[in-house]
Amino acid sequence: MAMLDTADLKGSADRVMMRKRLVSFGLPALVLAYLTYVFFAFGVPELMQKASGTNAQALMSDTYSHKVHVTRDNRNGAVRVAIEGENKGAYPDGEAPDWVALGAETVIDLGDGHIITYLPDNNGVTYDVPGYGLMTFGVSRSQGVIQSYPTDVLPEWINASKNRVAVTTDAGRLSVTRNRTEVFRYFLGWELFFFTLDSPYHGMGLGELINRALSGEAGAITSDFWDNKMWRHGDVAWAIFETILMAFLGTMGAAIVALPLAFLAARNFAPLVVVRMATRRLFDFIRGVDALIWTIILSRAFGLGPLTGALAILITDTGTFGKLFSEALENVDRKQIEGVQSTGAKPIQRYRFGVLPQITPVLISQILYFLESNTRSATVIGAITGGGIGLLLTQAIITQKDWEEVSYYIMLIIVMVVFMDWLSGLLRRKLIKGNEAGH
Amino acid sequence: MAETTAGVRDLGNIHDDYMALTRQKRLYSFILLVIFIALMVAGFSVAGGRNAGSFWGGLDNFFDYPAELVIEASGKLSELPSHFVTFFPALVETVNIAGAATLLGALAAIFLSLLSTRGMARFPTLIPVFRRIMDISRAIPEIVVALVLIFILGGGPVPAMIAIAIHTAGALGKLFSEVNENADLKPLDGLASVGATWGQKMTLGIIPQVAPNWLSYALLRFEINVRASAILGFVGAGGLGYELKNAISWGQGRYDEAAAIFLLLFITIVIIDQTSSHYRDCLTHGSKSERR
Repeated sequence: MAMLDTADLKGSADRVMMRKRLVSFGLPALVLAYLTYVFFAFGVPELMQKASGTNAQALMSDTYSHKVHVTRDNRNGAVRVAIEGENKGAYPDGEAPDWVALGAETVIDLGDGHIITYLPDNNGVTYDVPGYGLMTFGVSRSQGVIQSYPTDVLPEWINASKNRVAVTTDAGRLSVTRNRTEVFRYFLGWELFFFTLDSPYHGMGLGELINRALSGEAGAITSDFWDNKMWRHGDVAWAIFETILMAFLGTMGAAIVALPLAFLAARNFAPLVVVRMATRRLFDFIRGVDALIWTIILSRAFGLGPLTGALAILITDTGTFGKLFSEALENVDRKQIEGVQSTGAKPIQRYRFGVLPQITPVLISQILYFLESNTRSATVIGAITGGGIGLLLTQAIITQKDWEEVSYYIMLIIVMVVFMDWLSGLLRRKLIKGNEAGH
Repeated sequence: MAETTAGVRDLGNIHDDYMALTRQKRLYSFILLVIFIALMVAGFSVAGGRNAGSFWGGLDNFFDYPAELVIEASGKLSELPSHFVTFFPALVETVNIAGAATLLGALAAIFLSLLSTRGMARFPTLIPVFRRIMDISRAIPEIVVALVLIFILGGGPVPAMIAIAIHTAGALGKLFSEVNENADLKPLDGLASVGATWGQKMTLGIIPQVAPNWLSYALLRFEINVRASAILGFVGAGGLGYELKNAISWGQGRYDEAAAIFLLLFITIVIIDQTSSHYRDCLTHGSKSERR
């Protein structure tokens, strides 16, 4: 009898172990199989081939450096020097940084012995690369780019065809086409971040700026900085404010709308089953429709802008808050309410002193969590509804050249989210601790 | 006799003090309330001022667009099933983006959370480093990574997947490490005494304790990620969001497609929410009964 029992036990133990083994090997295998399926369903192999290395490089180098373009229009011979090649960053006519000597012959010194000269006749260019030799290019309407090199076999950093030549060296880049000859020189850091070239304060040291500010030019200095056409600090600050505003209005508005509705959905406060069920289904519906659909519907009705974003967050979170708040209400302790009632309190007072103090900690902590996470949602929703830093970011990415601005906005967004995270944590600790001490 | 009157006077003082305190507290609450209301009103009017359309104007035509959708879709009710079939692959893609991102993110989160919990960390001196990694990947909004990756990799589901996975790793990592902190460390000592490596200690000593809670958080994250993947599709990352963007830009006459996508998205989200909340209930409930 006892023998049989142990055999039974052993059998069942073996079965349990077998199942555990199956799970512990089967689960990873399942995950792996799914990831393999997704790998091919998403076309990762083709993607690897399509991935644009030059785009990644441009993005990387733009984040920590800027380039100055020296451009000659080959149709009229005019030479223009501009930071990032933008009108906003162009030097005034006849002026140039000290490494460019304008004149009949424009001599561009790229440093380390790299000299490029724009010759006056025939739209000619020479480029002297140390250790390689002197290259000469000319441009003609009929023949395209006329080229002569010191060696017969071209090194791989020269990319030449009949109508276009691109020379990329460590010192910079020269590109010659029929219409224009252009030199890029790269510098570390972001240029014109504080003042643009047309501001008298460009290139001034911090000490002198403080001196000037103290002698009554503070207003002019601030406005030159704030209205910087290249970096648009004023607009960016406003956009960040707008994003936080959307998150704030959406979260707080949702809490205000959801609180009374939550009473209707809580088992211990709504006597009618029909009302309770209807409210709950409403919450489920609102959450199910999702922020994306609400955003689209709202932007049809209210047009593009931050109000639409705020309302989209408000509506979506009403559903979530309603669910969370009604769960908190169902966990409320009846005794406290009865205690308040026993002193002859009216219904309103019963809610105010019996119920609200019990759910305030949950309420505040949820609201603050959502405030932080909605700052992130507001960035995304802003990109769709056209408001805030999300819009600036998508605009900067769509132009596909202002990568320094893109990285600047990304940094600002991260700082903003970390700040809101910190702020909501701080408020949560202060407010909830204060409440616990008070009761 | 004298003592009792003194007592009465004291009581009176206490009562007055209490009333004064209450009045002060009420005043503060009132001021806070006024400031809050002023902030809300000012905020809404600023946001309304920057908006293309006005609030009250918008409120009137709030139901116009949904009504148009419904009317047009109900006129072409017979075409809805075929639209469902057309857009089903896009739906699968959206769910796959969320699924793969949740899996990859959760895998990363497991390592990050184990490496950043005191008592379990492989390299205890590096705990702050792993914590900061989690903080930063949590702070980066998905759209930022997605847009940059779309530029580098081209449009499609992969940028969205990577973007969501990075955010998931940070968000789940934080929740996982909170779960880890409540885990019992004694099994680790036992395993260490028989010479287990770090990997064995974690898989045999910690993961059986925390797996139900981890799974529950991961399911919740999956719900969130399905929504995120639909939204990212809208900015060019493929899936249902992308189809939706195309469908609504066709404008009137093609609203039936938009309505089909709306419905598909709604049904999917509701099904996923319900299933996941059912399993999460089972998981937390099951683990509770085990503990007892």
